[in-house]
Amino acid sequence: MRPFQYMRPDGLGHAGQLLGDGARPIAGGTNLLDLMKLEVEVPDRLVDLNRLPLGGIEPTDNGGMRIGALVTNSACAADPRIRRNYPVLARAILAGATFQLRNMATTGGNLCQRTRCYYFYNIDQPCNKREPGTGCGAIGGHNRIHAILGASDSCIATYPGDMAVALSALDATVEIERPDGTSRQVPVREFHRLPGDTPQLDNVLEPGEVITAVILPPPAGGRQLYRKVRDRASYAFALVSVAAVVRMDGDTIGSAALAFGALAHKPWHDPRVEQLLAGQAPSDALFHQAADLLLQDAEGQGENDFKIPLTRRTLLAVLREATGGAA
Amino acid sequence: MTRSLTMDRPDDRNRLDAMAQGVIGQPLDRPDGPAKVTGTAPYAAEYPVDGMAEGVLVTATISKGEVTAIDEQSVLSMPGVLAVISDQRMTARAAQGGAGEAPVQQVRQVQYYGQPIAVVLAETFEQARDAAKHLKVTYREDDDAVTDPHDPAAPTETYDEPIDQGNLAQAMAQAAYAVDVTYTTEGHNSAPMEPHASIAEWDGQTLTLHSSLQMLAYNQKELADSLDLAPEQVRLISPYVGGGFGSKLGISPEGVAASVAAMQLNRPVRVVMLRQQVFQCVMRRSETTQRLRLAADANGRLTGFGHEARVSNLPEEEFAEPVTQASEFLYPGEHRRLAIELARVNLMTAGSVRAPGEAVGMQVLESAMDELANAIGMDPVELRLRNIPDQHPSEGIPYSSRKLVECLKAGAERFGWDGSDRTPGQRREGEWWIGTGMANACRVHNINEAQARVTLSPDGTAIVASDMTDIGTGTYAILGQIAGEMLGLDPADVLVQLGDTTLPPGSGSGGSWGAASTGSAVFEACEAIREHLAEQLGTTEEELTLKDGFAIAGNRRVALPDLLAGAEVERTGHFKPGEITEAFAAAMYGAFFAEVAVNAYTGETRVRRFAGAFSMGRVLNEKTATSQCMGGMVWGIGSALTEELTFDARDGHLVNPDLAEYHIPVNLDVPHLDVVLVDERDPAGSPLQAKGVGELGICGAAGAINNAIYHACGVRVRSFPMTPDKLLAELPDP
Amino acid sequence: MQLTINGTAHEITGDPRTSLLDFLRHDCGLTGTKKGCDHGQCGACTVLVNGQRVNSCLTLAIMQDGHEVTTIEGIGTPDAMDPLQAAFVKHDGYQCGYCTPGQICSAKGMLAEAANGWASFVSEDLDGKVELSAEEIRERMSGNLCRCGAYSNIVDAITEAMSTQTAGAE
Repeated sequence: MRPFQYMRPDGLGHAGQLLGDGARPIAGGTNLLDLMKLEVEVPDRLVDLNRLPLGGIEPTDNGGMRIGALVTNSACAADPRIRRNYPVLARAILAGATFQLRNMATTGGNLCQRTRCYYFYNIDQPCNKREPGTGCGAIGGHNRIHAILGASDSCIATYPGDMAVALSALDATVEIERPDGTSRQVPVREFHRLPGDTPQLDNVLEPGEVITAVILPPPAGGRQLYRKVRDRASYAFALVSVAAVVRMDGDTIGSAALAFGALAHKPWHDPRVEQLLAGQAPSDALFHQAADLLLQDAEGQGENDFKIPLTRRTLLAVLREATGGAA
Repeated sequence: MTRSLTMDRPDDRNRLDAMAQGVIGQPLDRPDGPAKVTGTAPYAAEYPVDGMAEGVLVTATISKGEVTAIDEQSVLSMPGVLAVISDQRMTARAAQGGAGEAPVQQVRQVQYYGQPIAVVLAETFEQARDAAKHLKVTYREDDDAVTDPHDPAAPTETYDEPIDQGNLAQAMAQAAYAVDVTYTTEGHNSAPMEPHASIAEWDGQTLTLHSSLQMLAYNQKELADSLDLAPEQVRLISPYVGGGFGSKLGISPEGVAASVAAMQLNRPVRVVMLRQQVFQCVMRRSETTQRLRLAADANGRLTGFGHEARVSNLPEEEFAEPVTQASEFLYPGEHRRLAIELARVNLMTAGSVRAPGEAVGMQVLESAMDELANAIGMDPVELRLRNIPDQHPSEGIPYSSRKLVECLKAGAERFGWDGSDRTPGQRREGEWWIGTGMANACRVHNINEAQARVTLSPDGTAIVASDMTDIGTGTYAILGQIAGEMLGLDPADVLVQLGDTTLPPGSGSGGSWGAASTGSAVFEACEAIREHLAEQLGTTEEELTLKDGFAIAGNRRVALPDLLAGAEVERTGHFKPGEITEAFAAAMYGAFFAEVAVNAYTGETRVRRFAGAFSMGRVLNEKTATSQCMGGMVWGIGSALTEELTFDARDGHLVNPDLAEYHIPVNLDVPHLDVVLVDERDPAGSPLQAKGVGELGICGAAGAINNAIYHACGVRVRSFPMTPDKLLAELPDP
Repeated sequence: MQLTINGTAHEITGDPRTSLLDFLRHDCGLTGTKKGCDHGQCGACTVLVNGQRVNSCLTLAIMQDGHEVTTIEGIGTPDAMDPLQAAFVKHDGYQCGYCTPGQICSAKGMLAEAANGWASFVSEDLDGKVELSAEEIRERMSGNLCRCGAYSNIVDAITEAMSTQTAGAE
């Protein structure tokens, strides 16, 4: 770990001022300190947000919920209102990491979790995300855990988290405070970026901006599932995950909100798939059509080719379950 | 006084069963338990030493070449940094088990990516780690590194003498049933929970090293040889070892680096490997490619047996994963070929990882045997029962005690095995295909020279002392029980002192030989004490009964303190393997039975039930022996499903050098483990009638899981670990 | 700045880079908490902070200013073991012992979480009463790796300690 100055802002505005160049905010620390020890992250200033008033889960005026950025993953998943009304979120959180880590990790921090790409994690290897211009070690290297959608020639890393996948399916919003004290809201679906030519940017946060909350829309009801496929039974990142919020309308699918983890640089959301499913009677043929559409542009890198059939099969499992059994 | 035994022939006296105390074999709690569960047991890095400097190793970022310059100035100005050392005494690799001499030392000649090349010393750990990352190193890189272990162009040599008997090709051609299959296994890391760690103190004459090591008597020589000191100048202290699994058999680079630094800085130095370094520069189990050829007659009796493997290691290393070790004697077949090819590659040292040889050899052999059983249409248990040779198929020597049949039967019964219909894909529960599979377990029995001192104090309590280690195996418990049984003492009255080279040299922990070897040294010492006591009591050792602190002979019953009359009795037992090792094929046996669920959609496999029946000669402590078997079975689950070292073939760097991406099983991967210990005495195993237990539970375990997966869903995966992607391609549509 | 460890106040001084884990082990001499990976990948460093289990390697000591930390040394001693510790000994829920303090601190935290009704990944019902079945314990203890492979016994030890404590409470 490089030496850094440790600072504790006395308010949000102060935090914004401190979060200039070379500074990193720290909350749970579970990802940042991991990366700092490897010197993948080398901030010269660490701004500890933990004492800011960004906790609490409160109802919003329109019947949704506002989850403070410092609410731990554990507290969020344990909240009775979340469990009851947003089970896909609770399930996704509980599918990630461990109790110990979730007791530390926060809502805001988890959104900013960085990729698990092997080459990103190894400072002696090329990585455009870590060090723009050095190349991508994963292309032509080991890429079993890498992206099959939305990748670029400079980066094939994935966003590794679970929570954000559920938030994407729920169409939640990220509330962000700018350094000037004003606030803006970004849909979770637009919060993370695709790598393009600037893979060093994981998301749309600007320097000095602080995530203050995640806002959930009113409960969507329906069948809510989070399905995570992984290499061991627990404590492993997803090979593929699917968050689904499916509302049946009699014998047809009223609506199906779907988001996918571990496929891309961001939680993957494809509105075309949802449109295809809506209003249709569930059937395997329909589900395969949905998978065809979802995976239309999917491209493997060799080792991760299997993610394409795996995604199809996992989607099939989820849709069958969510629509009430094999069609 | 020392009493020696060279084991040239079986010890049929079975003295332990003639004793009266009744503690041998009992499932007693470990005496070291309370210290471990309260965090008060000190491990290597945890000794409070004043004025200690902290060191962090620097490792190579090329696979082959030379360090041409180390820019010390690039870090010496950093706060707290004391020195950068890249000394010719430092070691580039860990010593192989039992080496007794320095491993390769040219740290500036790089032979693999991740090789230690220097150590950075600073006042604090954070300073040292940061400086180690900061250090500027210049290399001259060779262009002939072999960084892909499967590279067909890698220089390859035949390891040891292949076994060639009869005509296997002909036997295959004429067989009623034949299986000719090739499997692969990937590299494994021992990944003990305690990283390799050392604290070195140098007083100008003597080097004291607190370190995490398995074989102190050998490590002492290895360290002394590395440092150009006499062995007497080196003291190693290692009473608690946070897991070894082979990776701490030899002195490892951090211990030598700490020693060199302590001598140069003239102050104590602690070097603890970063977890990534434990992965990158200690020992790996080689990946293997294994071809199995099994020829059987119409009755399922093997007529031909071929097991050929390709493994890899660095240049200059003598070790090759002995894949065919159990294949040499487990099964019959007069037409035989067993051979190991060793490819020379520039990847981290390959060495002993729990059950070298059988761990991966047995899992593949047992998978192939299942393929044969399916080809015949025979219950795989029956196939095993029909293939138990009368004598060693190549050497013609007899087997020592072998309870394979009993294990197969006991395991099948405990599991509720039904082998009548082995058609795959017959059982589905919701999303999951359910299947069962079994495998034999087999591991060669090793013994090693060992000494132990037993002191019977005037108060009637005893001390057992040896530089033997307890790496989680239960040595503290079983040595106390052996002495307690022999001397008629409650094991609570026997203090066991281990892990210090000032004590008599034990066998060390490795190759499952620790209990039988050091235990036999304790046994010998106790026999000598018994002879002394018998003499005192005016009887013979055979007539003497020792129980509950009393010496009894005929009508006389005397409390030990009275008999000792203020004098302590101290004897050292010295046990040596002799001709016995050549006279018998001695091994431990068992049988695994597994039930798995394979997800019909995703190919994820979960082990739902796992039973094993094992025989290892006399069980010295039922509780710790059971735990050892369980631990092996967990390793079997890892080997079957999750564990894989992944190297980037472009530059030979390890892609997954941490516990996030090298997946050892977690608690949820492991069902309740059902272990049956089959009663056995093996007079050829040791004077204790005991053999080894630390590795048996892994040897074949992953084969049972492979076979269960096939039975569940009809997919035969010939590439371990059997991750979801490997099942997916052939899995039926969900 | 200070934090309380096992009821005793400790001043936090020195390098802000110091993890809580290294602070415990190096600065306070509380070596019962183990460093297995230093990256939140093994759980050997698990301690309780304000009653909740966390990986002490992934937080800085300075961030814990004002908090209450419980380490294995605060749970029991060889002469006065906590029922969980005694159950680990009885069921051989350890071998080498290096992951063990983390396992026990983790189990402590788990029991509190379950008492608070926290569901897990394997819970059928997110909203129901938590019954710590073997499967639930396995999932909830999956953040603590044990390379010796004592998992089966760890589950048995925790199960017994729970029933003892429940019986004691009734």
